[in-house]
Amino acid sequence: MAKKHPTASATSTPTSAKSEAELPVPKKAAKPAQQVTAVEMGARQREISVAEFFTKNRHLLGFDNPRKALLTCVKEAVDNALDACEEAGILPDVIVKLEVVSNGEPIAPSQATRFRVTVTDNGPGIVRQQIPRIFAKLLYGSKFHRMRMSRGQQGIGISAAGMYGQLTTGKPVQIISRIGPKAVAHFFEVQIDTKKNEPLVHENKQIDWARPRGTQVTLEVEGKYQKGRASVDEWLEQTSIANPHVKLTYHTPEGETKDYPRTYHELPPSPREIKPHPYGIEFGMFLKMLQDTKSHSISGFLASDFCRVSPQLADEICKAAKVPAHSKPRELKGPAAETFYRTIQETKIMAPPTNCISPIGEKAILSGLYKQIKGEFYTAVSRPPAVYRGNPFIIEAGLAYGHRPEDQNKTKQPTAPKAEGEHEEDDSELARVIRYANRVPLLYQQSACSTFKSVLNTTWKNYGVPQSRGALPGGPMVIFVHMASVWVPFTSESKEAIADYDEIQKEITLALRECGRRLGLFLRRRERAASEYRRRNIFELYIEEVVEACNRLKGGKLPKEKLKGQLQKIANSRTGGAKTDEALGKTGAGPEGLPHSIIVTEEGVEGEVDLASQVESEAVAAPVQTPVEANPLRDEKPVATETKAQGKTPTGMKGKDAKPPKGKAAQMALFSGSDRLDRPDRPNRPDRRDRPVSASKPRGKK
Amino acid sequence: MATKQHKTTSVEKKLIGLADMVVTAAERSKDPTFAIPIRALSNVSFNERKGLIEMGAKKQTRSFFNVGMAKKFMQTMLVADALAELQRAELTTSLREIYYRTKHTIQDSHENTFDTQDESDPVIEDLEVSLAALREELHVRAENSGSIVGPVVFGDDGDRVDCSKLGKGGYSVPSIVEPEYLEIRRCTADFVLLVEKGTQWNRLSEDKFWRRYNCVLLTGNGQPPRGVRRLARRLHEEYRLPVYVLVDNDPWGYYIYSVVKQGSINLAFESQRMAIPKAKFIGLSSADPERYGLPRNVGIKLNEKDIARAKELMNYQWFKKPVWQAEIKRMLTSGLKYELDSLANKDFQYLTKKYLPGKLKDKDWLD
Repeated sequence: MAKKHPTASATSTPTSAKSEAELPVPKKAAKPAQQVTAVEMGARQREISVAEFFTKNRHLLGFDNPRKALLTCVKEAVDNALDACEEAGILPDVIVKLEVVSNGEPIAPSQATRFRVTVTDNGPGIVRQQIPRIFAKLLYGSKFHRMRMSRGQQGIGISAAGMYGQLTTGKPVQIISRIGPKAVAHFFEVQIDTKKNEPLVHENKQIDWARPRGTQVTLEVEGKYQKGRASVDEWLEQTSIANPHVKLTYHTPEGETKDYPRTYHELPPSPREIKPHPYGIEFGMFLKMLQDTKSHSISGFLASDFCRVSPQLADEICKAAKVPAHSKPRELKGPAAETFYRTIQETKIMAPPTNCISPIGEKAILSGLYKQIKGEFYTAVSRPPAVYRGNPFIIEAGLAYGHRPEDQNKTKQPTAPKAEGEHEEDDSELARVIRYANRVPLLYQQSACSTFKSVLNTTWKNYGVPQSRGALPGGPMVIFVHMASVWVPFTSESKEAIADYDEIQKEITLALRECGRRLGLFLRRRERAASEYRRRNIFELYIEEVVEACNRLKGGKLPKEKLKGQLQKIANSRTGGAKTDEALGKTGAGPEGLPHSIIVTEEGVEGEVDLASQVESEAVAAPVQTPVEANPLRDEKPVATETKAQGKTPTGMKGKDAKPPKGKAAQMALFSGSDRLDRPDRPNRPDRRDRPVSASKPRGKK
Repeated sequence: MATKQHKTTSVEKKLIGLADMVVTAAERSKDPTFAIPIRALSNVSFNERKGLIEMGAKKQTRSFFNVGMAKKFMQTMLVADALAELQRAELTTSLREIYYRTKHTIQDSHENTFDTQDESDPVIEDLEVSLAALREELHVRAENSGSIVGPVVFGDDGDRVDCSKLGKGGYSVPSIVEPEYLEIRRCTADFVLLVEKGTQWNRLSEDKFWRRYNCVLLTGNGQPPRGVRRLARRLHEEYRLPVYVLVDNDPWGYYIYSVVKQGSINLAFESQRMAIPKAKFIGLSSADPERYGLPRNVGIKLNEKDIARAKELMNYQWFKKPVWQAEIKRMLTSGLKYELDSLANKDFQYLTKKYLPGKLKDKDWLD
């Protein structure tokens, strides 16, 4: 106490003085010249606006660097568009356009530092009065105060993007919105007053707009466009996987147009809004609710402001807590409130209702994966709802594995003979994890994410997939994990990784195991057929050599063809003959017993065939639909797809007679760089019909 | 030359016999199969009367239509073909050349017939035993890795090689020393001294030990190759020269001695031709450090492998003689092994001037 700050002793109460004494006060801090009185200090203390705070801390919202900032802008705008469409019950059509902004001469997109992001939707539009505040006021929105599943949660996103644009380019956010064909379209230019966190309207006029309904946002921001991991392109691609009900058109800065057609024609069931569950409320929040409630009695408050609390249960809780059921909520304070809170937490209350969550659904996941990823095997699992901290959630997982048969054939050509010490290149490719929270792809902080940890903790070896210690499983595989919840627990405001709740990790692991189990079955069946084939193949491969050697030993006087025929006959009879052929033709892997899965073989698609064919025809039909805005690049589209499309019905419900996949224009290679798939010298699974196995050696070599 | 012609055809006939076997089996819809005597401890026995390790009758079969053996079978046929080619062309070749000759990529695939020489070498040994043909007869040679010096004259490809006039380097022993290839024209030595290490052979050669004690100095640089063993045996057999073996005092040295004397497990089928049952172990014995006053600090601690190997040796039937059991036990008890080179601790020429003369004089050797 002796070395205490003199001003502190003069002005503070004994308690605060004590607490200050406990702080380590540097000895030299007490120099008289630097002394400031509490009054002076108080004069400097003032409110910080959220907008100012986030201007300085923009990394918290995902604007750390130019590349990520560009993605965040696209992401926030698209999220808003999708949320609005879905809430209004409209199948979303979203157009994303990235343009390079240059002063004068054109700049290559990879070199540019300024971009114009335009996102247009066919949603319900926004009423005129709300437009400025939605786009130019932080923490303003409809989503924060309700317990309902949506992409956005806080009401920061789009206005933060606008603020970032304002900060880096000085340009306002431009909005066009129209709420229906009979209404007029409004054009706004707004900025944010960062001091007050209030919108400033620069421009507000009525305009003619070609679209009957919808919203268009244009942001001009500083950014960097670079393809590859965690790029805008990747994000949109992944969005399209988890949202197959969305028709997405993407105009890249390079002038290309990428179409992500709609492959699933139902809107996800609209999630219901729920009241908070008592288990999910913290004490401080509970006190606030006590003050804010409209109920006049404690028991009424419990029954009306929470879910799963019936009037009967409310009375029971009051009795257990020894609080009169009719007392006024506002009068419950201090230790009494705390005891009451604890009693609630100890009471057994039914888990929250789960109709507030709308999972993507197994079929839709399958169709999304099938549409975007080339593979041989697809499966999807939706877990039943579960609860963490009073918040209901659903985990969904999906898996796409392998290469398309046609790609396997491509790599089958015999390559240059190998020298000593040269080996077939190892398939060292690792699986990719694509993560989603409420249908939004998460691209950053993978290793901090609960989903990623669960993938690592799953023993993939059990399912026939190699895995090194503490690493991702190996092989050509994409693992899809989605968490849907009224409140997704992110590790930070920029929504990049899902926090590690035990309940969440458990559910993810269970979903992954089920996917893995199905993959294991598929792989084992295929392996069985292949090994029989390999057996025969070994003999066929060596017969030629043995016959030639014998012939040379006999001085070239041997009837070679006869000997070869005899040996081949023996080989056939010893490897199961026709039975093996049959097994091979079928590749041993029917979709029976593997629910919610698609298997692609050379013969065609098995499993959820309708779904696959639907994706098929949609992929072809897509280009025919005329975009509203004239697209200068349209002429470059291959004519062949257009003519083909006319033969097919756009809805594409074709049933079981689906044809083998052809013309898969919309499919993208998602495995770590598309060049891998096309490399000719990759070792591969045996082509099942006419070419000898090469990658496989006889098992008992030594 | 007439005999040589005959021999060649006999080996070639055996090789062609393999092709016949395949053809016959194919005609009868049988799996082409041949038998290979097993080359392992389980299939050798020690013939005490002859003092030789002999190969037993156990055989393994190698058949084509067996997933595990198919490739080996194919490789065997390829090697047989290459060996027959050598016979016809009357050429000799190395193991490595055989590997290159038979290596190619199988049609319509990217699988090679052989990936490394490790795959072709055992196939050649398989053929040696199953056809009962010696490697020399198959015209396959190993690398020259042995030297000889002393009062002996060879005829090699018509050249006269006098090993007493080759300085301290001596003559490099070829890998095939059969009479057809290497003729011993004259030998006036009294005995043969087979030294394990090249370094000690150099010491003896430099000191002209062979001139003073009228002997032939041979070394195989470690485990003596077939050429060196066969040459020692020929000198022993044709000129009645006793053979003395000088090795390090460690389990590997004992084993080298035993291979020279009784034959090896892997090449048991060659013992008849290679082994010298009357060879004597002249040193370094585990009794020598004490007798010759070698200090303990020039010994090397036996490691785990050494100890395991020593115990293994004690179980071999040909080491069952009480003197040998005592010899090995003494080494194990001391826990030390000694290199020949350690004699230099006393004097650089201790080996030449004291150790060997003393041993020879006292007939201090083990049998």
